[in-house]
Amino acid sequence: MFEPINISFTSLNMITLAPMLIAIAGGLIILVIDLIKAELHKSLYVMLTILILFIDFGSVLGLNLNERGFFDVMLIDGIAIVSQLLILAASMLFIPLALTSKRFHEYSYPEFFALFLFMIAGFQFMVATDNLILIFVGIETASLSLYTLIALHNRNNSYEAAIKYFTMGALSAGLYAMGSAVVYALTGSVELYQIADILQSRMAEPGIMIAILGGSVLLLSAFAFKLSLFPFHTWAPDVYEGASAPLAGYMSVVPKIAAFVVAMRIFGMYIDLGIEWVRIAILVLAVTTMTLANIMALVQEDVKRMLAYSSISHAGFVMAALALDTTKGNTGIFLYYGLFMFTNLGAFTMLWISRHKNRVFHERYDHPYEKFAGLIKIMPMAAVIMALFMLSLAGVPPFSVFWGKIYIMSAAIDAGYVWLAIIMGLNSAIAAYYYLKLIVYMFLMKPEENDGTVTYNLTKPLITIVGIAVAATIGSVFIMQPLISYIYYMVSASGY
Amino acid sequence: MDNILSVLVFFPAVAGLLGFVVDKNSIRVYGISVATVEMLLAVWLWMSFDGTNAGMQFVESIPLVPDFGISYYLGVDGISIFIVIMAALMTLLGMIGMSVEKDIKNMIISLLFLEMTMIGVFVSLDAIIFYLFWELSLVPMLYIIGAWGGPLRIYASIKFFLYTFTGSLIMLVGMLFMAHLYHGVSDGIWSFSITDWYMMVLPVNYQIWLFLAFFIGFAIKVPMFPFHTWLPYAHGQAPTIGSVILAAVLLKMGTYGFVRFSLPLFPDASVMMIEPIMVISIIMIIYAAMVAYAQEDIKQVIAYSSVSHMGVIVLGTFAMNAEAISGSIFLMLSHGIVSGALFMLVGVIYDRRHTKLMSEFGGLASVMPKYAVIFGIMLMASVGLPLTIGFVGEFLVLLGFYKVSAIGAILAGSTIVLGAVYMLTLYKRTFFGPVTNDENKKLFDLNGREMVSLVPLVIIVIWLGVYPKPILTPIDNSVKAMLSFMEDKARTPEAKERIIVSSITKEAK
Repeated sequence: MFEPINISFTSLNMITLAPMLIAIAGGLIILVIDLIKAELHKSLYVMLTILILFIDFGSVLGLNLNERGFFDVMLIDGIAIVSQLLILAASMLFIPLALTSKRFHEYSYPEFFALFLFMIAGFQFMVATDNLILIFVGIETASLSLYTLIALHNRNNSYEAAIKYFTMGALSAGLYAMGSAVVYALTGSVELYQIADILQSRMAEPGIMIAILGGSVLLLSAFAFKLSLFPFHTWAPDVYEGASAPLAGYMSVVPKIAAFVVAMRIFGMYIDLGIEWVRIAILVLAVTTMTLANIMALVQEDVKRMLAYSSISHAGFVMAALALDTTKGNTGIFLYYGLFMFTNLGAFTMLWISRHKNRVFHERYDHPYEKFAGLIKIMPMAAVIMALFMLSLAGVPPFSVFWGKIYIMSAAIDAGYVWLAIIMGLNSAIAAYYYLKLIVYMFLMKPEENDGTVTYNLTKPLITIVGIAVAATIGSVFIMQPLISYIYYMVSASGY
Repeated sequence: MDNILSVLVFFPAVAGLLGFVVDKNSIRVYGISVATVEMLLAVWLWMSFDGTNAGMQFVESIPLVPDFGISYYLGVDGISIFIVIMAALMTLLGMIGMSVEKDIKNMIISLLFLEMTMIGVFVSLDAIIFYLFWELSLVPMLYIIGAWGGPLRIYASIKFFLYTFTGSLIMLVGMLFMAHLYHGVSDGIWSFSITDWYMMVLPVNYQIWLFLAFFIGFAIKVPMFPFHTWLPYAHGQAPTIGSVILAAVLLKMGTYGFVRFSLPLFPDASVMMIEPIMVISIIMIIYAAMVAYAQEDIKQVIAYSSVSHMGVIVLGTFAMNAEAISGSIFLMLSHGIVSGALFMLVGVIYDRRHTKLMSEFGGLASVMPKYAVIFGIMLMASVGLPLTIGFVGEFLVLLGFYKVSAIGAILAGSTIVLGAVYMLTLYKRTFFGPVTNDENKKLFDLNGREMVSLVPLVIIVIWLGVYPKPILTPIDNSVKAMLSFMEDKARTPEAKERIIVSSITKEAK
């Protein structure tokens, strides 16, 4: 006979679950509203989503540091809080982009917004736990929602993108499950803090290294898929191309933040255990990713594909900081994404603003370089803003990405990896070429023959978002100090 | 006004932003007025500058990111103040002499932003702020070359941008490493302030690597052989105003960087690098002069002569004695004024004939006498004839470098001979002889606008050629202070021996 177990409600510490529950409840509310009264305008759902995210943001801010909850499955440490805040901020910036002047299929479905909120809940679960199973559940919740969101963009290549992403995602989920299984077989636990202790005590056993390596290779491959690292990056450009521009921008930031947090937890543990091999593997992945993605970005003919490769390269750049496993490096990851978020979302929003229903300029691409030729003559303000985002992405000071770049390069130097900092620098120089290419098209070429409307989709909400992105990109130097001190405190408080 | 430097830096930027509102028919007057005010502010700075004080003046320091040691830290000393004034002067005169009509508004706004970055580079005392202005200066220049340039303008502008950007990223790694070292010796305080870094004595092997990292960034900008290949393209394609600013100010950023960063931060490494740099500089001087002689295009002759003269400046910087370093800073100023004026003069003839080939001209002296006189004066100054501004700097550099290496000084001295060869050839083919081309017969001489932009430069060339003291004294004070500081800081006996602060005391033998 099993004894009945008494669990007091307070010991569950349900407040740690509050942020995710808010997002899920919000999604359900949206579905219920649709049940009660159909055919409501998308602006209602957009604003509701923002409000729910706002409450969610508030609840995350109110969490206490370093608490566990729900049978010790939830872990609210500094990086969980910082990453949730970044995810929510990026989501709040993203969702108003649904308010375009042209109607796009997906936004007329309330399910879009419900799925969006479920996806955010998934990401929040991913980052707020150190339980391998819950991480898996979080990844899958988020990914399944994201596949659907991509497919909702009613285009042939959106289906292609969704299927491609789904297949690759399934493969990566499989790899992740197998990796966790190996880890479980080794340690009999799925909690990372216990795994670390047990592995530590078994490190001396003969032959264990092979098993550890097997597990870590599987996990590393799984995250390389998620983070689109070379050689697992091939899905990314096609998926970005098929997805709508804002969603592509969103995918280049938010899922990556979530995946980086998990990677930080898992691979940080391996590096702390003194398994140098993992560090070397990550460094190799990072360096090849940033270099090759940069080289491939050079030859792209479509701005969106170029931005896709560029965000792969940025992910590689940040991945290198992960290998350092220092507080400064980990701070750099969040700082980089926090700054990169505004610029990249801004750049993708500019593409979204210029999106036509039909492909006017090129039979395959929506945003070929030619489309932006001579933009300074047609729409000087749009050209200047786009150029600003490109310069920021290229790492020209004083724009936002530059500060993230020097912080990570400085972290690399502090950790003794001067060569890595030099490679990062040279990669920024390569990258400058393709960002410059767009600037050259916009400023130095003659306009193509067209109807002159490049800002096809422009509405006030979109202008607001671009305005916020521009302000954050230009004024980033003034928010650096609070950002660095807050993130550094949070990261060091959680022991990374 | 203690914060005059901030005003100097941001006034053109604010004016540039407001310029978007100004009507395009009035924008030229707007630009010239702004540049005049900026020039007056620069003169005010000079008037309130204490020439006997060798240290930093008008210092402003506001922490921006204390946790990472970045602060808004400005100041000028005798080394930088005159370059700032020259930057303001050349922007003003370049703007007056500018003949661009197409998209004039964009041009004026770009120039004003460029002025901000140029002045910012020379007054920043925080490495990150320095880097910020340094990189930002590329953007308006990219646009100026790319939008108003010749047929190959896009290639030239991208080449210009990428070369400099790549070099400066290596320099950035060097800067971050310096900050890392400072962090190590100062109980965990981050600082990118150059004056804080000055206080750090580095091991010689670190010095060498850091010297090389900074060297790549500066050498590409100067441009030193073999990194000079972007310059002829940039000059060849750039519009007149672009070439003027590029030659007069942007190239000086590199040589200024050597004086501000490389020498005082890495005295031992600098001394060890004297010989390699001497070889590179002499190659630059002689090779570029020979290439200049072979050019058919007047502008290319002046572009290569720039490379050649920049070689003399770098050579003087690494002579490690007060005469040569002061001379090379003076040469930076004189080269800025003379080459800027020469590019403006080429622009004058290009506006009239839309060609820059020497073979198209001949006998211009009889058609355009005023033009020929001013060109002649600038040419003399470029060659380094006594009583012109070019002589003072070149003489001091060669005099100073003679103490380092007699052979080096003699080879470098060939700059005067070779310069005379290609410049006089150019002058002969363009200005003397009969007017062979009928189109040249009806050319009109300099108009009022062009005279206004060129005559002040002629006056400066002769004034400073005859009486350079008001400028040379503050430069000399700051240079001597820097050298004695370097001597204190140097670790190797070789460096102690080769850094010569003052040659007043003479050993009797």
